[in-house]
Amino acid sequence: MLRWIRQQLGFDPPHQSDTRTVYVANRFPQHGHYVPQRFADNRIISSKYTVWNFVPKNLFEQFRRIANFYFLIIFLVQLMIDTPTSPITSGLPLFFVITVTAIKQGYEDWLRHKADNEVNGAPVFVVRSGSLVQTRSKNIRVGDIVRVAKDETFPADLALLSSDRADGTCHITTASLDGETNLKTHYSVAETSVCQSVSQLEALQAVVECQQPEADLYRFVGRITVTQHGEEIVRPLGPENLLLRGARLKNTKEIYGVAVYTGMESKMALNYKCKSQKRSAVEKSMNTFLIIYLVILLFEAVLSTILKYAWQAEEKWNEPFYNQKTEQERNSSPILKFISDFLAFLVLYNFIIPISLYVTVEMQKFLGSFFIGWDLDLYHEESDQKAQVNTSDLNEELGQVEYVFTDKTGTLTENEMQFRECSINGTKYREVNGKLVPEGMTDDSPDGSTPRLIGEELLFLQAVSLCHTVQISYDQPDCLVGGGDPFSHANGFSSNHMEYYASSPDEKALVEATKRIGVAFTGSNGDVMEIKAFGKAEKYKLLHVLEFDADRRRMSVILQTPSGGKVLFTKGAESAILPFTTSGEIEKTRLHVDEFALKGLRTLVVACRHFSPEEYIDVDRRLNAARTALQQREERLQEAFSYIERDLQLLGATGVEDKLQDKVQETIEALRLAGIKVWVLTGDKHETAVSVSLSCGHFHRTMNILELLQQRSDNECAEQLRRLARRIKEDHVIQHGLVVDGASLSLALREHEKLFMEVCKNCSAVLCCRMAPLQKAKVVRLLKTSPEKPITLAIGDGANDVSMIQEAHVGIGIMGKEGRQAVRNSDYAIARFKFLSKLLLVHGHFYYIRIATLVQYFFYKNVCFITPQFLYQFFCLFSQQTLYDSVYLTLYNICFTSLPILVYSLFEQLVHPHILQNKPGLYRDISKNSLLSFRTFLYWTLLGFCHAFIFFFGSYILMGEDTTLMGNGQILRANRQLMFGNWTFGTLVFTVMVITVTLKLALETQFWTWMNHFVTWGSIAFYFIFSLFYGGIIWPFLHTQDMYFVFVQLLSSGSAWFAIIIIVITCLFPDVVKKVFYRHLQPTSTQKSQMYSNRVAIGDDFIALQPLSRAKSQLGKISLYQPPRRRPSAVWSPCAATNMGKAAVPAWPTSWSK
Amino acid sequence: MATSYNAKDEDGHITVSGPSGGTLRSKKPENTAFKQQRLPAWQPILTAGTVLPAFFIIGLIFIPIGIGLYVTSNNIKEFEIDYTGVDMSSPCFNCSQSFSWNSTRPCTCTIPFYLDQPYESNVFMYYGLSNFYQNHRRYVKSRDDNQLNGDPESLKGPSKECEPYAKHDNKPIAPCGAIANSMFNDTLELFYNDPNGTKIQIPLNKTGIAWWTDKHVKFRNPEGNNHNLTAVFQGTTKPVNWRRPVYELDDDPENNGFINEDFIVWMRTAALPTFRKLYRIIPRKSSMVPTLPSGNYTLEVVYNYPVRSFEGRKRMILSTISWMGGKNPFLGIAYMTVGSVCFFLGVVLLIIHHKYGNRNNSADISN
Repeated sequence: MLRWIRQQLGFDPPHQSDTRTVYVANRFPQHGHYVPQRFADNRIISSKYTVWNFVPKNLFEQFRRIANFYFLIIFLVQLMIDTPTSPITSGLPLFFVITVTAIKQGYEDWLRHKADNEVNGAPVFVVRSGSLVQTRSKNIRVGDIVRVAKDETFPADLALLSSDRADGTCHITTASLDGETNLKTHYSVAETSVCQSVSQLEALQAVVECQQPEADLYRFVGRITVTQHGEEIVRPLGPENLLLRGARLKNTKEIYGVAVYTGMESKMALNYKCKSQKRSAVEKSMNTFLIIYLVILLFEAVLSTILKYAWQAEEKWNEPFYNQKTEQERNSSPILKFISDFLAFLVLYNFIIPISLYVTVEMQKFLGSFFIGWDLDLYHEESDQKAQVNTSDLNEELGQVEYVFTDKTGTLTENEMQFRECSINGTKYREVNGKLVPEGMTDDSPDGSTPRLIGEELLFLQAVSLCHTVQISYDQPDCLVGGGDPFSHANGFSSNHMEYYASSPDEKALVEATKRIGVAFTGSNGDVMEIKAFGKAEKYKLLHVLEFDADRRRMSVILQTPSGGKVLFTKGAESAILPFTTSGEIEKTRLHVDEFALKGLRTLVVACRHFSPEEYIDVDRRLNAARTALQQREERLQEAFSYIERDLQLLGATGVEDKLQDKVQETIEALRLAGIKVWVLTGDKHETAVSVSLSCGHFHRTMNILELLQQRSDNECAEQLRRLARRIKEDHVIQHGLVVDGASLSLALREHEKLFMEVCKNCSAVLCCRMAPLQKAKVVRLLKTSPEKPITLAIGDGANDVSMIQEAHVGIGIMGKEGRQAVRNSDYAIARFKFLSKLLLVHGHFYYIRIATLVQYFFYKNVCFITPQFLYQFFCLFSQQTLYDSVYLTLYNICFTSLPILVYSLFEQLVHPHILQNKPGLYRDISKNSLLSFRTFLYWTLLGFCHAFIFFFGSYILMGEDTTLMGNGQILRANRQLMFGNWTFGTLVFTVMVITVTLKLALETQFWTWMNHFVTWGSIAFYFIFSLFYGGIIWPFLHTQDMYFVFVQLLSSGSAWFAIIIIVITCLFPDVVKKVFYRHLQPTSTQKSQMYSNRVAIGDDFIALQPLSRAKSQLGKISLYQPPRRRPSAVWSPCAATNMGKAAVPAWPTSWSK
Repeated sequence: MATSYNAKDEDGHITVSGPSGGTLRSKKPENTAFKQQRLPAWQPILTAGTVLPAFFIIGLIFIPIGIGLYVTSNNIKEFEIDYTGVDMSSPCFNCSQSFSWNSTRPCTCTIPFYLDQPYESNVFMYYGLSNFYQNHRRYVKSRDDNQLNGDPESLKGPSKECEPYAKHDNKPIAPCGAIANSMFNDTLELFYNDPNGTKIQIPLNKTGIAWWTDKHVKFRNPEGNNHNLTAVFQGTTKPVNWRRPVYELDDDPENNGFINEDFIVWMRTAALPTFRKLYRIIPRKSSMVPTLPSGNYTLEVVYNYPVRSFEGRKRMILSTISWMGGKNPFLGIAYMTVGSVCFFLGVVLLIIHHKYGNRNNSADISN
């Protein structure tokens, strides 16, 4: 029993063995020692809560947040000891905050529940007791035989038993898992593939043994033991036998599979992991400020307690005749009293910690992040994709980026490959109109003539058209299935209807190119690949595929040629193949490869190896042994692969062009003007990388390019680094760019991190080539942890960028062709690189100023709120008397002052978005968290204290001895001068405060939409209406009626109005003066651009109505407008302005012609 | 926000049959002003140009207001006399020395004073206390508003907030609590010494000194209009420090019990330790003669209230009022100060605007 509980709680993993044994169709052996294993059911649970545990679990999670916990403690203190305010005053806001958060989380969880239910309740067909039974997805158990029809998704991880095809294969796409849209062929074991009907499956006796569930999508190790006629046949199972939950069946009518991993143990579910929590810089400074305020709070409480006891030392103050203590109070122990007094002061002042700050920030981020998805400028028409926000926690971080790390392929480039050139046997060829033209020759043979191809060329083309994992899809897949034999079908059909699907765009481009040239890959059926070389069909038997992996950086196939010979074709990176070649034009090819790379082409080298029959037997044996190994299969496969892929004959090399994306150059230029350093991290060759870097404007022609390449030893590397550092020092006028390759980088990072950083920081552009995925992350981490702690952003599109996306402060995924992995692991996803500039310069700017003001304002308004209360203690013997009524204490933060700041933080725009985008230099104004620097924080806090002093002492002086303000200025009654009283005094201070605090925000607001007007004036109006209402009734459930008619009495006095006006003006007017003076004497570039936009009134409509040329000239004015010599800033320098002019011109059509 | 991994939106687009599906709904965001953050907005910018007029206007409005307020405040006549009796020479010295709570014989003292100016219109008479912390928390909450509102249950069982003034001799105290218990109970009477030697008592109004709502809504005697208050308060006892029970505060049934205005005024706790409370109103007789002509007066005090134990002071204040309330020059001074500073800064800004504003404008025009 105990063990069971522990298992449920997850202390003891229930199964300790390394493998799980699955009895197909759950036919357990009748005899023998059979230990039933416990498997998870097929229910997918992505939700966090159930109806029953929602309240406790959610509460627990919320109170783990330190601020909530703090307020809970305050609340409990109020419940326990006699404190000046009722527990409601802190309980209600806490309740409000907790409820709002809980509702939000509950709603999100409800959506997840709905999705779960939909998935879990989906109908599936399972073979049970000899017939096909329809049931719900959640009822599938491990061992069940499941039937899946065409275009359905797999409900669990299934080991393929059979398909309707004779060879037992099927096609699937894993688009929803890894985003690869190509068709993948999966295989079944020959012994089971014959069982194509339910009755046959019924007779099948088989056991699957496989590893315990693990998250890696591409790893599966297992074996199936089929008992046929009393004889046990063991077959290996690999990832090609496993159909993953979430993948979709294609081109196949139906398959049968046995469920091996179900529910939360399926690979898809295991791959679902919570995002690592990234915290923004704003949040960090927010926490610092909170701690400072906590210190202020403690200081005030301690001071008050000490002063209280100093006063109390004298009997006449402690217990005058009119104010005796109760027996109980007299008798309680002094220490206890001291502590409770301290706690009471803590409670009294606790509002200085803004309780609603977190919830407002959360709401602001949640609601504000919608604007990114809604932005038309971030919408990509061609691919119908809009920007996507995966986490709203980092919105403001977009405005703080200092380093951008970008991937090259698919991020800067389109990842749309075009075959351009190749080198065959030492001769360079170009593709012209579907023909290969040798270098130096003109296209002399007119169309129609049969191209003459010599043997090497043909072999090369055959190799390229065979060595790949491309799938073919036809326009009418139904016919294909019906036809049974895809070859006849494909041949009957015009091959134009074929479409290639490949996981790698390079492969697709190559196969398409060979097809154009005349050697077309027409399809594969089982283990037969067919190509049509100039009309002649050739069939090759596919013996083995040595899959591509990032370490080997090559892939190979072993084929049996029509003539019966065994041949290995391999293709891969030049560095991964050339060392293993023994024959062929190695040197010439190497030269050509470098030439291609210089042109910015992506290069692949193709080689082959012919096996003698003996060799092949050896190879076959090794491969099979490695593939069926249950332990260390990977390592053994690697071993076998490297044994096979050697003694290669070099055939040639290919050059594929990857087009640059739209407006990459402008974007990089804009980022640079914004003070952001751009690093390109790529896996490509150094020559390719540099040429792309140059063409996308990352490197300038005028830049001095420093190189740190091919360093072999530590000392060499250090020496080179020192040389580079010297060169930078020598001529610091010119801009430097640095090229590093992966190997040198790892050397540099191992020992000479500091020196390397030194060099990097002085380079305006850095390019890292030949990078492994983890190295990318390492570079990011290096920069992240350097002493300045810059904010980093990583952008990429492929699975190899995931580590860097997760490592950087902000990770951005490009929704490209390389699948969804990057998008899924990113914080934001955009369709094109060019959107980055708007995302950072406009959205980042907006979010940052919004949240920065939000945070500062919250602290300010709470200082204003609670300091008068503190000051009042000096006038009431530190007796913890509250200045405000408890209802006001409660509602101040959640009603009277909450909405204007929320609306402000959603809609504020300091500068018009067009100007922000066209003046990237404005981004520098907010860099380094400048709006939340300690100086501004101090300013706001001091401002809060000053205002609080003015509220309190202003009211104090103007009130005089309690009666002067209440005069016969009253409208309703005749001459009377009445008592003011402490509650009226508090209400006066509170009224002044609500108005001032609201107007202070109004002063900060630059962008007054109708909503701002509504909430600003509405809040003040609401305060008045509420107060009238609250004071107008004797509330039956309150035990004191302190506020009865207090507010009306206050307002009915004319001089009170005069007092309110003068205090509010006194508070705000120095602030206005300060703003005006700073704007005129020391304007920031943001302010300058505001002045500008104000003067020429660049509104959207205005711009839209203008002819383009005029709009341009208007913008030209901004760039030419020079500040009066102070504070040289890059935006306004002439050079930047002209650059800007250049960059801005092509940028218009999308952003201006809406 | 955790994204669901169900990824329903992701597959399905990639159908092998190509884009012939045609059912794809475009994800294109709507082009609305709200979603594109293009809401029409007013974008005020605080520049010298925009702020200048505001400053001048504030200056021009505030300075006259300030002068008006100041003059009005100065026109208010106020007379204050301290009758605590701290000095040996003070007429009340004996009373203040020989104070005891249970003395039955009231101690009376007489203080002469001279008004050098006639007091026109209504004159307000206050008592002022210093060093008296009516705003002490223990004190402020020591009351039972339900009892004062006439709730019969609270009358018999006062709230425990009233402790230690809730019960006495096992009888509930009405009105309970420290505030009520310490009610100011000096009696002040004013006499005009006619130049011909006669001493004329000045009539003092003791109603109309409390908030109307307090008197008519918040404070209610138990059992409504029952005039026999003695019976109503049967079973309760008077506050310990009081000399008379609550139903004997005044002869006028409309000013007796909980709705006695002196009591209501006292129950409105003062915000600060030095305060004054309205005691009586001297109504104007006619517009022809001043309410209080200049001359010699005598204040007769029945000295009951001890303040010396906490170094308190007692004062009697006579004051006329204006449309803006009592004498308080600060409001006028504040308005004048802010007004002149505004005006001054307006001038400074004008200079700044003149010097720097031109340059900005020229940058525009030159293009």
